[in-house]
Amino acid sequence: MKNKEFILSCPVEIQKYPSVMMAHGGGGKLMHNLIEKMFMPEFSKIDAGKRHDSAVIDISSNKLAFTTDSYVIHPLFFPGGDIGSLAVHGTVNDLAMSGAVPKYISAGFIIEEGLPMETLWRIVNSMKETAKICGVEIITGDTKVVDKGKGDGIFINTSGIGVIEHNLSINPASIKEGDAIIINGDIGRHGIAIMAVREGLEFETVIESDSAPLNSIVNKLINEGIEIHCMRDLTRGGLSSALAEIAEASNFGININEKDIPVREDVRGACEILGLDPLYVANEGRFVLFVPEKDAAKALQLMQLEEPAVSMIGTVNTNNKGMVTMKSVIEASRIIDMLSGEQLPRIC
Amino acid sequence: MKYIDEYRDAVSAKKLANAITDITTKQWTIMEICGGQTHSIVKYGIDELLPKQITLVHGPGCPVCVTPIEIINKAIEIASRENVIFCSFGDMLRVPGTEKDLLSVKASGGDVRIVYSPMDAVKLAESNPDKEVVFFAVGFETTAPANAMAVYKAKELKLSNFSILVSHVLVPPAIEAILSAPNHIVQGFLAAGHVCTVMGYEEYFPISEKYKVPIVVTGFEPVDILHGIYMCIKQLENGRYEVENQYTRSVKKEGNTGAQSIIKKVFRVVHRKWRGVGEIPYSGLGLNDEYIDYDAERRFNLTEMTTEESKDCIAGEILQGFKKPFECTAFGNKCTPEFPIGAPMVSSEGACAAYYRYRKLEVRS
Repeated sequence: MKNKEFILSCPVEIQKYPSVMMAHGGGGKLMHNLIEKMFMPEFSKIDAGKRHDSAVIDISSNKLAFTTDSYVIHPLFFPGGDIGSLAVHGTVNDLAMSGAVPKYISAGFIIEEGLPMETLWRIVNSMKETAKICGVEIITGDTKVVDKGKGDGIFINTSGIGVIEHNLSINPASIKEGDAIIINGDIGRHGIAIMAVREGLEFETVIESDSAPLNSIVNKLINEGIEIHCMRDLTRGGLSSALAEIAEASNFGININEKDIPVREDVRGACEILGLDPLYVANEGRFVLFVPEKDAAKALQLMQLEEPAVSMIGTVNTNNKGMVTMKSVIEASRIIDMLSGEQLPRIC
Repeated sequence: MKYIDEYRDAVSAKKLANAITDITTKQWTIMEICGGQTHSIVKYGIDELLPKQITLVHGPGCPVCVTPIEIINKAIEIASRENVIFCSFGDMLRVPGTEKDLLSVKASGGDVRIVYSPMDAVKLAESNPDKEVVFFAVGFETTAPANAMAVYKAKELKLSNFSILVSHVLVPPAIEAILSAPNHIVQGFLAAGHVCTVMGYEEYFPISEKYKVPIVVTGFEPVDILHGIYMCIKQLENGRYEVENQYTRSVKKEGNTGAQSIIKKVFRVVHRKWRGVGEIPYSGLGLNDEYIDYDAERRFNLTEMTTEESKDCIAGEILQGFKKPFECTAFGNKCTPEFPIGAPMVSSEGACAAYYRYRKLEVRS
């Protein structure tokens, strides 16, 4: 969407309040205005008369998933997404990883004084659109404003509730020897997209973040009867850190093949230049799936309908328990470990 | 990806590995000079493909690893000051000084920034005339031309708020230092491809001749490294000692003369301390008289500051090929990538970090 649309339709009087002021979080009229005019109409369907300190929801399932995450990202807008879409995707995906159907989300905003009102409006709109696509409702929230210089524009916390309607036990303890490990697409795009904007790096093509919701594909896999043993979304720390965590938690060995891991050409190029390993670069719309061998082909087929770069990257074994090993492109093997601290660009 | 994939090809790698096995009849110890090569060797598992008779030892060619603790402390001192923007390549930030590293200076409010080119630091100096902008100029001959260019530009732009903290080192004196140690074990060298891209390889002829040692200028991809090893072993088996060039797609005998002339314009050869090794005469670069005003050590009055190395770290022995990282008692327990004692545990090019990350299996067994 273009900026103009936001400016035209921003419900808070932009001429009067071009940027967020301390009073917008002070509990008085300005805050009331912000909530009533900007947040409520976008996020909630609850009638004014029923609004209260907490949202009351009807849920029929007796098994729920609950998660929370905070989003701090600079820049707030990047190719392929923004902090708003990320805050919804992240929480939706955390719920999806336990096989839950995400239903309700809360949104807590910590806004730095002086944030342009239009920026806030764009973020709120993006959250609304993203929630709609994901099939979740944003039903409660909070706003605080901090002094100029004490925040990075805006921080968002989202918590989410999802219902679990399957009888699978989806976690590292359910992993079995021989399980196939499938990834739902190419890796490293989110991290490189952010880094390119942040550091002003220019490549021949614009690399867009892979930020995307995973609930629909997970739902499809469950409905089609795939016996999911474990799933993990690949966020900070990338593929390597996620697999290393799972290997340690399950006490199985994980063996992957470097040549089967999809990395787009432009991302590979950027990683080569920066001295980064795509295996450790962040993603926001990628996950690994552990399924018994019998279900692997069907799972691959279902996932390919959404994203062609789906790939079976390895298997679970009982050698080297608790560790991830990788067959390199020259067919020698090495260990894949968790990331230590930040991945720092190399000198030469 | 062109120029990459063909050098990471499993079939070519196997062919070369087999050819190496075919010609190897004795025990040989070869040192790859450059940290980039060490990184490739452990990352791709290149040494697994080699016959048992060949031992690879990892040389001192990781700029992060050989930068002396004294310079790190000076960097920390400068970066902690008010009104300073301290710019560095990313992997220098985690190198431990005596008490802390640059990342912790950043955490306590210092303006420490990662840049990708020294010219970015020059731009920062231009746009922040009221701040002192300091660039941490470390590295071998590879990074020297760009760093020299930054200083040259700063002078051209008459920027009085830009300076560099220099700790440049040179490869040939390090090779000589290793070969002149009485108990050295290295029989052949893979010289650093990118250093030679800049400098050419004429300066290696006298070393090869004097110490009767083969030196093969080698690239960084698995196939390059295996090819370099093949050429080196072939010389050793035939009793030859020559300088050869495996990395012909990048390296010319005379090197990049344009890059060399900017180095000569701005820098001069100086004695330099190497972390864990000590001072090697005429082994580094410092600013020459014409550009001495851009020396951060002088500008911030730090020329007198000296520091002793920690006794726990055997980095010196590792960087000279006497020991493997896991022979260090601190390896993996007191010293890890999260809490490094010595610099080779910091950079992904450092031998210790590379072993820690990729070789725990070998260590455990």
